[in-house]
Amino acid sequence: MTSAASPEVPVLVRHEWCKGCGICIAMCPKKVLEAAPDGKATVARPEDCIKCETCEIMCPDFAIRVVGGRSKGVAEGKGDVAGARA
Amino acid sequence: MAVPVDNYLRNQFMPHMWCPGCGHGIVLGAVLRAIGRLDLPKDEVCIVSGIGCASRAPGYLDFNTVHTTHGRALAFATGIKLARPDLHVIVLTGDGDASAIGGNHLIHAARRNMGITTVMFNNSIYGMTNGQYSPMTPKGRYASTAPYGNVERNFDMCELVKAAGGNYVARATTAHARQLSNYVEHAIQTQGFAFVEAVTQCPTYFGRRNKMGTPVDMIEWFRKNSVNAAAAAKLGPEELDGKIVVGEFYRGDAPEYTQVYEEVIKRAKEAAAR
Repeated sequence: MTSAASPEVPVLVRHEWCKGCGICIAMCPKKVLEAAPDGKATVARPEDCIKCETCEIMCPDFAIRVVGGRSKGVAEGKGDVAGARA
Repeated sequence: MAVPVDNYLRNQFMPHMWCPGCGHGIVLGAVLRAIGRLDLPKDEVCIVSGIGCASRAPGYLDFNTVHTTHGRALAFATGIKLARPDLHVIVLTGDGDASAIGGNHLIHAARRNMGITTVMFNNSIYGMTNGQYSPMTPKGRYASTAPYGNVERNFDMCELVKAAGGNYVARATTAHARQLSNYVEHAIQTQGFAFVEAVTQCPTYFGRRNKMGTPVDMIEWFRKNSVNAAAAAKLGPEELDGKIVVGEFYRGDAPEYTQVYEEVIKRAKEAAAR
């Protein structure tokens, strides 16, 4: 079951794919996600989400989607690689 | 417009078999986002893999996919590229697959400058067979076959591929997932052999044996122990000991093999017509 999509819930967690590793919970800069009693991720504070898409990019199980990501550039991997070229 | 990652998954086979917290899914996501940004048609992409945890990836992907024998992904990919130079041939391989059993194929694919993108998932261990050390296991680390610590020096695969003649060489970790995706995108766009080393966490075998904590702790360890290539250039070998240097290391413009071979075909046809 995927959490219902609504403007108030910008993060969808696909529970049957989630393995409860906790990476999304730790990486979210706004602490939007929490562990449910079964250890899997659940959206606890949807109103704090800034749609940075870090949870989606860091989820190893393809279990998270951020609806209508704010910054497409960042989500698409256009993040900072400055100075990386030697 | 980028294509969502879901479009590239064979949903009927999900969830995948990788352990909770395994970094392979993060690396695979970075590869799929790169393909999505480039908007490559599914039929024009061929994913080839060998044997190992990382090599299970193509089973979950909705492209042309080939799961081959141990270490031989690049040999199969070379054949595919020669038969169909128009395809984007992408090899997903593990550190044991690419550096140990398939090491020779890697060197020669780079030397020939085959138009193949290789993404090596480096988790520093043979995960599928319970954690033996690989040529990428750093010196001093523990593995099931190195209970007193690994005494061997590990390869620097980026240096090796560059020396062998590849046209694009980069490295990033799962802590740099966005950067990693950019590198894969650049690699796919490269004419000739492109190599991206993705340093990823194996919490089950490498992490547990080396007391590295949770998957989150391992990602944080990568972040803290990574040095940007530009910064690394100013540091000595002692300061870089135990660090992971990340960045794009090399871009070459040597001619790609199938383009060179096209000339051979042309000359042969001309000779036959005479």
